[in-house]
Amino acid sequence: MPTQNSSEKDLVAVSDGRIKSLSRRNFLGYLGGASALLVTAAACKKDDNNNDTGVDLGSGDVGILNYAYALEQIEAAFYTKIFDAPYSGITTAESALLGDIRDHEIAHREFFKTALAGSAIPALTLDFSSINFSSRDSVLAAAKTFEDLGVTAYNGAGKLITNPDYLVLAGKIVSVEARHAAYIRDLISNGSFADSTALDANALDMARTPNDVLTLASTFVKTKLNASNLPTS
Amino acid sequence: MNLQNIINEIEKVDPEVYERLDGRRGALKNFSKFSGKVALAALPIAFGSMFKKAYGKGSSVTGLIDDTLNFALTLEYIESNFYIKGVASVGLIPAGPGLGALTTIRDHENAHVNFLRSAITSLGATPKTFVAADFDFTAKGTFSDVFTNYDTFLAVAQTFEDTGVRAYKGQATNLMASNDILTAALNIHSVEARHASHIRQMRRARGASTVKPWITGKDSGIGAVVQASYNGEDLTTQAGVNIVNINGFTISAAAASEAFDEPLTKDDILAIVTPFFA
Repeated sequence: MPTQNSSEKDLVAVSDGRIKSLSRRNFLGYLGGASALLVTAAACKKDDNNNDTGVDLGSGDVGILNYAYALEQIEAAFYTKIFDAPYSGITTAESALLGDIRDHEIAHREFFKTALAGSAIPALTLDFSSINFSSRDSVLAAAKTFEDLGVTAYNGAGKLITNPDYLVLAGKIVSVEARHAAYIRDLISNGSFADSTALDANALDMARTPNDVLTLASTFVKTKLNASNLPTS
Repeated sequence: MNLQNIINEIEKVDPEVYERLDGRRGALKNFSKFSGKVALAALPIAFGSMFKKAYGKGSSVTGLIDDTLNFALTLEYIESNFYIKGVASVGLIPAGPGLGALTTIRDHENAHVNFLRSAITSLGATPKTFVAADFDFTAKGTFSDVFTNYDTFLAVAQTFEDTGVRAYKGQATNLMASNDILTAALNIHSVEARHASHIRQMRRARGASTVKPWITGKDSGIGAVVQASYNGEDLTTQAGVNIVNINGFTISAAAASEAFDEPLTKDDILAIVTPFFA
């Protein structure tokens, strides 16, 4: 397991904007010369063709962390907005647990913002006009979309991460998103926590690439995001 | 995944890699082109056999992955056998949504067993096999009414699911050498978390009012007997960042702990599940 010390050193590196080189050095340090895991670093060279415009998420692990930060911004803002004027008929239990989810997503967003420091993308301009916040059905349908999307996003991002510490961090968050997804799904239809619209025939969740996730999320994001420097394998 | 990059890196520490693999650089390039066209699910098979053939069983390249997948398979066997017996126990689970959900979860765990067996076999390794008689779900009497008392059954189910989530999380870094296997393991990991969430909701609905779909602090809502599965979940600092009231937002210690699930080591997990073997 990664030690607290190495995590703290990573954080310092992030705030210095030197995350990439340190990640690489730490990564190699974990492995030693002949470790099989070395192949992961080799397999993760990014695509350098960048003709896109918009907010650049960045490359390497910083890019993936910014990608996660963007998704957490959407989720946190969505759940915060629910509580501006809760939908009619919201129960005490729903209000309490949706409030928990809001706090979790804010915690995720602010964690990434703090960890990325000077490398963080700016706050995104979001667009929730497609959601009717006075309607329970509309709010829960959107919540389901965000939570399921988050699960597939983190699952797909795992292989793009080179620093083992960050892989574990992504793992710490994705299972919480999956807990949210199951709860929201059960609110919509009890027993749908892991149905065939989420899982494949082997009972595995799905994984999506950043491009696929950002395309699906684009309805809710006005800020143009440039993911072309993210690692692709 | 850029296969040529991988081979090049391996060549730096093992100049014989080309000879071991195939002996012809051109053939590997062809393989690389080919691999871009085959179904993702088939890739671990192709890579697995290639490296297995080159380095033999137990090499550092594949041995860690074999061992890790067999560890995951063992946990899936525990869960699978637990739900098979629970669903088959007459009078244990009331008909209705509860039975439906537990049947669904049973089927998922069975599918995970089959998936992991196939993956391990495709790597050229031997999957472990367990049968019902290998297990003692009373954990040597600790849960003596597990198949006659629905609340005990759900408490053990919650513990298995939450523990499973921690186990997969703790093993992820051991799978980084294979993108496809890592992704598959992550895709199982989040399903276990969905199960945990639902079982927790079931317990909450039956009166365990402090139990939420997520883990608060290191509380199980069950008791000291399962505490080892929850120790360490109360962490509120991540990568040196204090999550409580982060950046001026009101985030309680409870919410900070809930927002991040924590991994456990293989040794921790084995200590937890050992009593469940006959």
